[in-house]
Amino acid sequence: MSINIASEEAVAEVATAEPGVEPEAPDGTTKVDRDRAGQWRLVWWRFRAHKLAMVGLVTIIVIYVIALLAPFLAPFSSTTFDADYIYAPPQRVHVVDDDGNWGLHALGFTLEQDPETFALTHTVNPEDRIDLGFFVRGDSYTVVGPITWDVHLFGPTDPDRVVYLMGADRIGRDMFSMLIHGTRISMTIGLVGVALAFGLGVLLGGISGYVGGAVDTIIQRIVEFFMSLPTLPLWLGLAAALPQDWSSTRRYFAITIILAIIAWTDLARVVRGKFLSLRTEEFVVSARLDGSPGRRVIFRHMLPSFSSHLIASLTLSIPAMILAETSLSFLGLGLKAPTVSWGVLLEQAQNFRVLQDAPWLLLPGVAVVIAVLALNFVGDGLRDAADPYRA
Amino acid sequence: MLTFMGRRLLYMVPTLFAISLVSFLIIQLPPGDYITTLVAQMENDGQSLDAATIEALRVRYGLDEPFIVQYWLWISNILFHGDFGQSFQWNQPVAVLLERTLPFTILLTFSTLLFTWVIAFPIGIYSAVRQYSPGDYLATTIGFLGLAIPNFLLALGLMYVALFVFGQSVGGLFSPEYETAPWSLAKMGDLLGHLWIPMVVLGTAGTAGLIRVLRANLLDELRKPYVVAARSRGLSEPRILLKYPLRVAVNPFLSTIGWVLPALVSGEIIVSQVLSLPTTGPLLLGALRSQDMYLAGAVIFIVSVLTVVGTLLSDILLAKLDPRVRLGAK
Repeated sequence: MSINIASEEAVAEVATAEPGVEPEAPDGTTKVDRDRAGQWRLVWWRFRAHKLAMVGLVTIIVIYVIALLAPFLAPFSSTTFDADYIYAPPQRVHVVDDDGNWGLHALGFTLEQDPETFALTHTVNPEDRIDLGFFVRGDSYTVVGPITWDVHLFGPTDPDRVVYLMGADRIGRDMFSMLIHGTRISMTIGLVGVALAFGLGVLLGGISGYVGGAVDTIIQRIVEFFMSLPTLPLWLGLAAALPQDWSSTRRYFAITIILAIIAWTDLARVVRGKFLSLRTEEFVVSARLDGSPGRRVIFRHMLPSFSSHLIASLTLSIPAMILAETSLSFLGLGLKAPTVSWGVLLEQAQNFRVLQDAPWLLLPGVAVVIAVLALNFVGDGLRDAADPYRA
Repeated sequence: MLTFMGRRLLYMVPTLFAISLVSFLIIQLPPGDYITTLVAQMENDGQSLDAATIEALRVRYGLDEPFIVQYWLWISNILFHGDFGQSFQWNQPVAVLLERTLPFTILLTFSTLLFTWVIAFPIGIYSAVRQYSPGDYLATTIGFLGLAIPNFLLALGLMYVALFVFGQSVGGLFSPEYETAPWSLAKMGDLLGHLWIPMVVLGTAGTAGLIRVLRANLLDELRKPYVVAARSRGLSEPRILLKYPLRVAVNPFLSTIGWVLPALVSGEIIVSQVLSLPTTGPLLLGALRSQDMYLAGAVIFIVSVLTVVGTLLSDILLAKLDPRVRLGAK
C-alpha cells in the first residue's frame, strides 16, 4: 500500500532534515582516530555533538538514579500519611529564622476546620519550627532482601514530625515523597513494556522482512489492522477485564503486556523495513553465497548492522509507553493504589475543582513531561547518530 | 479511480470483521456473563428478576451457546436491526445511548482535524521557507512540547487558566441554560464557545506532528532543481512555492490522517472525561467501570469502525489528488 509507505518516508525525512547533526570532529579526534574507531565509538561521537540529546541523557540518568534510590531519597515512605494535613500547601525551607538563628527548617501549620464543610485550612505558624537535616532517621525501608535501613537523605530531624515540601494530597501524604516513589513504577513500566514489545516486534518484523512473500503480506495486514485502530479504547477494554483482586505485581505485568500487545507493531515495521533494504546489500548476498545458514546471516550480519537504529527506535517508544500507563492509571483502569506511579497520583487531579484548592497535585504531570521530553531528545539524537558512516 | 476505490473497499471487509471480533472478545472477557452481572446489579438495588425474564434474556443473547453463535447473534442484530443490546447501567438500549453521544464525538473529532490542519499548514510552510529563523525554532520547540505534554494535563491546565484567569465556565459543551433547549442559533453559538477548549487540547499533539511532516517534505521539495529552474525563469516567490513544491508536499500531509485520526479518537476519551463532555468517551469509561460490557463493546466497535472509515475517506481523497497513489497501488 503506497499510502503508508509515503507517510513512512515522510517520517524518515523528518529525521534526516533535523539540523545540527553533521559529524563535526569533536575535540581531540583526528581523521586517523576516526578511521580507527569502531562503529559504537563513532555513534557516541556523533551523539555527543547533539546538545539537546546530551541534556536528555543526563536527565534520564538522574531520573533512573532517583528511581533506584527512591526509598532513601524520599523523606517519607509511600504509606505515611497524616489526615490532619489533607491538601496542606507546600512548605518553604528556611535557612535563617526570624531571630537570626541558622539551621535548615520549615514552619509548621495551625489547623482550622470549617465547622460546616469540615474542610481544613492551614495557616503558617511562625512559632512552630520543624528542624530539617540530612541523613536523618525516619521510616524504615528494605535495602536488599532482609536488610532494612531507616536513614533518609533529607527530612525532619524529629522522626515524628512531617514536612510537605510540595504539598500534601487528598489523604495527607507528602507529594514530594510520592513523586520520588512513583518514579520507580513509571520509569520501569516503559522499559519492561518495550522489552516485551521488542521481542515480538523483532521476531515478527524480522520474519516478515526476511521471508517475504505471503508471510510478509499476512504479518503486514495484522500490523496495519492494529495501526488503524484507536489504541486507548482497546487498552481500556483489556485493562477493565483484569480481575480486581489481583496483586499489584500481577497487575503491573498484566498492564505491560496489554501495552505491548499494540506497541510491537511500530517496531515490527522498522525491523521489516531494515530487513527489506538490507536483503539485497552486497555483504548480505556474499554471506549467503559463502554458505552461511539463515540464522547466521540474520544474527551475525544483518542485526548488528542496524542495532543502533533499533536502539533509537526502542528509546523513542519508551515515552509512548510511559504516557500510555499514565493515561490508563489516570482514568482509573491502569495501576491502582497501593501501587504508586505518576499516573496513579494524577488520578487525584482528575477533578478540576480539586485543582483550585491544590494545584500541586499536577506535579506528577510535570514529572511525566520532563521524562518524556528527555527520552524523546535522547531518541532523536540516537536516531541521527545511528548511522555514523552517512556523510 | 473506481478500481482503486473498489479495491480499498474490499480491503476494508476483513478489517471490519476483525474489529467486530476484537470488540466482541472484550465483551466476553470479564468473568461471568451479562445476566449474572445484571442479576447482581439488580440485587444490589434491592430488586429481583423473575426466572422467565432471565430465561428470555439468556435466549436473546444466546448465553448458553458457544462463542461463535453468541458472536453471530450480536453482530447480526447490529447489522440487520441496528440493535446493539441493552445497557443495564442506564437501563436503555445501547443504540439510544450511542445516538445521543456519537454526533458530538464526530463533531469534536472532525473539527479538531480541521483545526490541526488550519494551524499546522501555515506554520509548516513558514518553518520550511524560513528555515532556522527564530520563528522556525519557536515552532519546533512548541512542537516538541506539544508531543510531550499528555492530553489530560493540557486539558486541566487550559481549564485552570480559563476558569481562574478569564472566569469563563468550562466543562461540558453547553452552558446550563442551553443544556436542554431546542436547537437554535444561540445554542449553536454557545456550542462553539465551548468547543474551542477540547479542540485546542486534542489538536496540539497532532498539530505538532503535522508541522514536522510538512516542514520536512517541503524542505526536500524546495531543494530540487525544478524550483531553481522556476526561479531562474523569473517566477515570483509565492508563485514558485504554491504552484509546485507545495502541491507535492501536501500529499504525505493528507495521508497522515491515517495516524492522526486514531490518536484523536484515543485522546478524545481522556479529554472528554476531564472536561465532562457528552461524548462517547465518558460513556465508555463508565461502562467499563461498571462492567456494562455490551455498551463498552459497542462503543469500542463503533469508534474503531468510524476511524477506519475516516482513514478510507482520506485515502480516497489522496488518490484523487495524486495519480501516483491511484495508479501505483497494485
